[in-house]
Amino acid sequence: MHHDTVTAILLSTVLASTPMLFAALGELVTEKSGVLNLGVEGMMLIGAVIGFVVTAATGSAILGVILAAVAGALASGIFGVLTLLLLANQVACGLALTIFGIGLSALIGKPFIGKPLSALPQLHISGLSDIPVIGPLIFGQDALVYISILMAIAVHLFLNRTRQGLIVRAVGESHDAAHALGYPVVGIRFLAVMFGGAMSGIGGSYLSLAYTPLWSEGMTAGRGWIALACVTFSTWRSARVVLGAYLFGFFTIAQLHAQALNVPIPPEFLSMAPYLATVLVLVIISRDATRIRMHAPASLGRVFHGG
Amino acid sequence: MKLLKRAIAATAVVALGAAGIAAMGGVSKAAEEFKAAWIYVGPVTDGGWSEGHYQGQLAVEKELHIKTMKVENVPEAADSERVMTQLVQQGANIVFATSFGYMEPMLKVAKAFPKVKFEHATGYKTAPNMSVYNIRFYESRTVQGTLAGMLTKSGVIGYIASVPIPEVIMGIDAFTLALRKVKPDAKVKVIWVMDWFNPGKEADAAKALMDQGADVIAQHTDSPAPVQAAEARGVYSFGEASDMSKFGPTHCVTSEVDNWTVFYVERTKAAMNGTWKSQSTWWGLDKNALIIPDVNKNLPADVQAAGAKVREEVRSGKRLPFAGPIKDQSGKEIIPAGKSLDDGQIATINYYVEGVEGEIPK
Repeated sequence: MHHDTVTAILLSTVLASTPMLFAALGELVTEKSGVLNLGVEGMMLIGAVIGFVVTAATGSAILGVILAAVAGALASGIFGVLTLLLLANQVACGLALTIFGIGLSALIGKPFIGKPLSALPQLHISGLSDIPVIGPLIFGQDALVYISILMAIAVHLFLNRTRQGLIVRAVGESHDAAHALGYPVVGIRFLAVMFGGAMSGIGGSYLSLAYTPLWSEGMTAGRGWIALACVTFSTWRSARVVLGAYLFGFFTIAQLHAQALNVPIPPEFLSMAPYLATVLVLVIISRDATRIRMHAPASLGRVFHGG
Repeated sequence: MKLLKRAIAATAVVALGAAGIAAMGGVSKAAEEFKAAWIYVGPVTDGGWSEGHYQGQLAVEKELHIKTMKVENVPEAADSERVMTQLVQQGANIVFATSFGYMEPMLKVAKAFPKVKFEHATGYKTAPNMSVYNIRFYESRTVQGTLAGMLTKSGVIGYIASVPIPEVIMGIDAFTLALRKVKPDAKVKVIWVMDWFNPGKEADAAKALMDQGADVIAQHTDSPAPVQAAEARGVYSFGEASDMSKFGPTHCVTSEVDNWTVFYVERTKAAMNGTWKSQSTWWGLDKNALIIPDVNKNLPADVQAAGAKVREEVRSGKRLPFAGPIKDQSGKEIIPAGKSLDDGQIATINYYVEGVEGEIPK
C-alpha cells in the first residue's frame, strides 16, 4: 500500500470517529453517574438538525454547534425529569427518547432537505500540516476534531483526577452511600445526563455541519448505538473510549477501502465488526467478574428512591 | 303459529336490511369518485426517490382533478399488505407501490381485489390486474460514462453502488461500456455501501475511491453526499435521482433526474376511462421519464457538446447502451458486434463487463 493510502485511511478514520467520540464521552459521564441513557441516537439527531438549521439561518457554524449542544442537553433533560424525578424506567425512557428524537428531528428538518451548506473550514497550521503522513493527520482538521480530543482529555482528567469526578463516580457506584454522605444524588445525575445530551448534540452537529454538510432524516444511521456500544466496549474507562471510537471508525473506513482494493472480505462482515467486537468484549469481561466490577458503575440503571 | 310469525318477522327484517344495504350501496356508488393511492418506502420529503414519485402523485391530482391518498414510511414487509388492503377499502381504484419490496404483498392484495388496478415500480411479477413499471435509468449511464471518459486523467473511475440487484448492475455495465468507448484502458472501481440512503457512508465511500486514485465519481445511491465530497476535492461527479448541481456547483457534471409524472398521469387516466391493461412499462429518455440536464457550464465546450450529442443519440435510439461487442470480466464475449442485449437480458443482468474491477457481492 502506498503511504498516501495509509494517510488517507487514517485521516478518514479520525473524521469518521469524531461524532462517535463526542457522543461516547458524554454517555461515559452519564453512565459513570449511574444513569443508562439509551437515547444517544435521538439526541444526536436533534443536535444534527438544530446545528444545521441554526447555521443555515444565521451563517454562524459556532452558534450552530452551541445551540446543537443546548438542544441535546434539553432533550436529555426530558429524559432526566422522567427517570430521575418521576423514577421511570431508564431503559424504556432511553429508547423512547431515541424514537422521539428521530421524529422530532425529521419534523424540524423538513424544509431543509436538499439544501447545501458550506463545510466547516479546515484549520491549516502553516508548515506543520505539510509534514508527510502525520502532517495532514494532526494539523489539518476542522476545529471540532481538536475539540473532541481536548474533551477526551478533559473528561479523563475530570473523572480520575478531580474531586467532582470522584463524587460523580461515587454516585454511580452507590447512590445510597453518596446520599448518606450528603451529596445531592439527583442533582449530580441530572447534570451528568445533561452533559451527555450536550455532547451527543455536538456529535450530531459534526455530522450535519462538517462531515456531510447537509440535513437528511435519520442521517446518524446508527452512530448513536455505536457510541453506546463504545462505552461498554471500553469497560467504562475514558482512555479506552477514545481507542474504541477510533477503532470503530477504522472499521467503517477500512471496509470501504478493502472493497476498492479488491480485498476478498464480504462488506457485510466488516459492517458488523464493531458490534461483534462489543459482544466479544462483553463476553470476555463478563467471565471475569472482578475486572468488570472494577470499572462498571455498580448502580448503573438502578432507580434512586431516596432524597 | 308462533314459529311462523317469527319466521315472517325475521324474513321481513332480513329483506328490509338487504334493501337498506342495497340502497346505501346505490347511494355510495353514485357518490363514489375515482381515487388513486400511493405507498412510499420513505418520507415524501426525502429529496430523492420517494419525493420524485410524490411529484407524480401531485401532478395526477392537479391534471386529472381527482382525489389521491398516500401512506409514507411503509416497511417493505408484510405490513405493506395491510396498508394496501386498507387503501383499497378506503376506495382506491388504482394503487401504486413505489418500491421493489412491495412485490409479493401487492400480488396477494391484487388477487383479493380483482376489480382494483395495481401498479408496482421496479418489480417483475404481474397479474391480470397488476402491472409493473420502471424507468430506463441505465440510459443516463451511457451519457455519464462518455463524459467520464473525456474528463478522467487517471483512468480510474469510482462508482458508489447501493445493493447488488440487476437494476444497479446494469447501470455499472452501461457506464463502463460507454467509458471504454472513449478511453479503452479506463477502469471502474465499485464500492457497495449496501444502503440506498446513508449520507455518511456514501461520503466515506467517495473519499475512499478518491484516495485510491479515482478522479470521477458516479453514484447509484440517493444522497448528495458523494457529490459534495467530490466537490470539496475538485473531483468530477454525477448526481442521482434529482438535480444535485447545487451540491457541486463547479464539479457536478450532470445528474440523472427521474420523472414519474408522465407515467402516473397516463396510467391513472387509463384506469379512469377503462382502457387500463396489465402491462410492463419501461420508459426512458424517449418518453421524458428520464431527464438529463445539460452539462455544467464550467466544463469545456467539447464536453458539453458530447453530453448533448450522446443524450440525443440514446433518445432517438440511434445509440443502444448495450450494443455489442460486450465482453465479461474474463474477456469472454457475451454478444458480438452488430447485436445488442434485449430487454429481457438487460433486466436480468448479473455480471460485470470488462473494465469493472472486483466482484459482485453474493
